Amino acid sequence: MTAKSDVRRYPGFGLFSILFFVYLYLPISVVVFYSFNANRIVSNWGGFSLHWYTAALSNAALVNAVKTSLFVATIATVVSTIVALMAALVLVRGKQVRYRRVSETVVNLPLLLPEIVVAVAVLILFSELGISNGLLKLTIAHTTFCIPFAFLPIRARLQGMDSDLEDAARDLYASSWTAFRRVTFPLILPGVFSGAMLAFVISMDDFITSNLLNSGGATTLPVYIFSLIKQGVSPQLNAISTLIMIASVVLATAAFLVQRKK
Amino acid sequence: MTPRHETSGWKNPGWNVWGLLPTHLIMLCTLIIPIGIIILVSFSTRGPYGGFDYVFTTAPYKQILFNEGWSGELEFNPQYLIVVGRTLVLATVTTLICLLLSFPVAYFISLQKASLKVVLIYLVTLPFWVSMIVRVYSWIIILGNDGVIEKTLRFLGVIDDMDSLLHGDFAMLVGLVYSYIPLMILPIFASIEKLDGALVEASHDLYGSRWTTLRRVIVPLSQPGMLAGSILVFVPCLGAVLEPMILGGGKTMMMGNLIQLQFGPARNWPLGAAISIVLMASVLIFLLWRGLRAVRKESRELAA
Repeated sequence: MTAKSDVRRYPGFGLFSILFFVYLYLPISVVVFYSFNANRIVSNWGGFSLHWYTAALSNAALVNAVKTSLFVATIATVVSTIVALMAALVLVRGKQVRYRRVSETVVNLPLLLPEIVVAVAVLILFSELGISNGLLKLTIAHTTFCIPFAFLPIRARLQGMDSDLEDAARDLYASSWTAFRRVTFPLILPGVFSGAMLAFVISMDDFITSNLLNSGGATTLPVYIFSLIKQGVSPQLNAISTLIMIASVVLATAAFLVQRKK
Repeated sequence: MTPRHETSGWKNPGWNVWGLLPTHLIMLCTLIIPIGIIILVSFSTRGPYGGFDYVFTTAPYKQILFNEGWSGELEFNPQYLIVVGRTLVLATVTTLICLLLSFPVAYFISLQKASLKVVLIYLVTLPFWVSMIVRVYSWIIILGNDGVIEKTLRFLGVIDDMDSLLHGDFAMLVGLVYSYIPLMILPIFASIEKLDGALVEASHDLYGSRWTTLRRVIVPLSQPGMLAGSILVFVPCLGAVLEPMILGGGKTMMMGNLIQLQFGPARNWPLGAAISIVLMASVLIFLLWRGLRAVRKESRELAA
C-alpha cells in the first residue's frame, strides 16, 4: 500500500471488523453445530448424528406449516409484485401524476408503521367483516405488507433505466403495450425479480402478523417454530432451523447474483 | 420536444389512475380504514367476552396509567408506563450500540478492494435473509442455562455456576442489536463510499491527526447514513415483538408484545388499541423530530 492510502487506515478497525463478523455468524453456527448432536439434551455433545433431520422431515405438523407458508407466500408474492409493478410504472414513468408524493407514501405505508400495528389493523378488519378463513386472512395480510418490498427494487430499477429507450420504441411506432412488453419489461426484469424475491422472503419469514391472526387452522412455519421454542430448546428444532437457513442462503445468493448481473 | 415524447410511457392519462388503483385500494381497505377503527376501538368499552362495543369511553387510556378499584377510584399503577419506558430506553440504547459498532465496520469495508467489498457487503446482508425467529432463537442456546457462554466461562475456570442470562433487559438488548445491526451498517457504508478521499488527505496535510480527521471530517460527512440507519433501527425496535417474547421471558415486556398479549390471551382489545396508538404516536414523533432536524440543518447550510 502506498503512504497515500495509509492515512485513511485506522489501527484496530480491521481486528474489530473481524470480531464483528464472528459475532454475526457465531449464533447461527451454534444452531447448525448442535443440530448434528445425537444427544437429546442440546448442550451435551453425544456424537454426530443426522437423526434429527430425518425426524424433522417426517414431522407432519412441520410439513403442513411449510405448505401453508409456501401457499400464502406464493400468492402474496405474485399479487404484490403485479400491483407494485403497476404502481411503480405510473409513479416513475407517468406524466402529470397528481399527488405523486402522497401516492408513494401510501404504497410504502406498511414500512412506516410498526408491524404489530399493521397486524392489529388487519385483525380488527377481519373481525369486523367476520372473515374466519385462516388462509384467506393470512394471504390478504401478507399481500398488504409485501407491496412496498416488491415496489422499492422495481422503482429503483425503473429510475436507473433510460426512458429514451422507450421513446425510441415509440418513435418506431410501437404501441404502449408493445413498448412495455419488448423494451421496458425485459430491462427492468432484474428489479422485478429481486422485488418478488424480497416479498417472498418477507412473507415466509413473517411472525408478528401470522401469530396474531393465528386461528382458523392456518399455522405458518415461523408460528410453528415459535410453538416449538416455547416447549424448549431441542435438537430437532435446531435441525429445522438449519434447513430453513440453507433455504434462505440459497435464495439470498440467487437474488444477489441476479442483482449483480446488470 | 415533439408531442409524442411528452406522452412517452402511455398515451392514455387514465392509465395513471388504473395503475395506482390496486395498491391504493389494498392500502385503503387493509390499513388506512382499519387504523381508523383502531382509534375508535381505543375509545370503546371492552366487550363482555373479549372484543369491544362501540360505547365511548376514555377508560383504555386511563388504564395505561391507573388501576381502577371496585368503587371506581383510580389508583396510579406504573406497570404499563414501565413497559412504554423500557421500550423507549431499549430502542434508544440499541440504536446507539448499533451506531458505535457499525461505524468502524462500515469504514473498514469501504477501504477494501472492490471484489472483497462485494463479498463483505453480502456477508452483512446475508443474516437478514435468514429467518428472524431462528436468529433470535439462537441466542437462547448461547445465553441460556448451561448455554455456550456459561460452558465457556466454566471451562476457563472463571465461575462454577451462574444465573441464566436470559429473561431480562440484557437478553432483549442483545437480541435487538443482533437483529437490526445490518440495517445500520448498509446506509453508513453507502455514506462513507460517497465521501471524497481527498478530504481525508487534506485534513492530514493540514496536520490533523487520525483522530481529529475521524472526528472532524469522516464522522460529520457520514451523518446522512447514520441518520438513515438510526431510523431503520429505532422504528422496528419500538415495535419489536419477537425479541421480548423469546428472550425477555413472559414478565419483562415491550410495547409490541404487550399489544400482542391484549389482542391474544388477555382479550382486552380497547387497551391493546390504546397502546397501539401510543406506539404509533412514538414512531411519528421520532420521525417528525428527525425530519425537522434534517430540514433545520439544510436551511442552516443554505444560509451559510
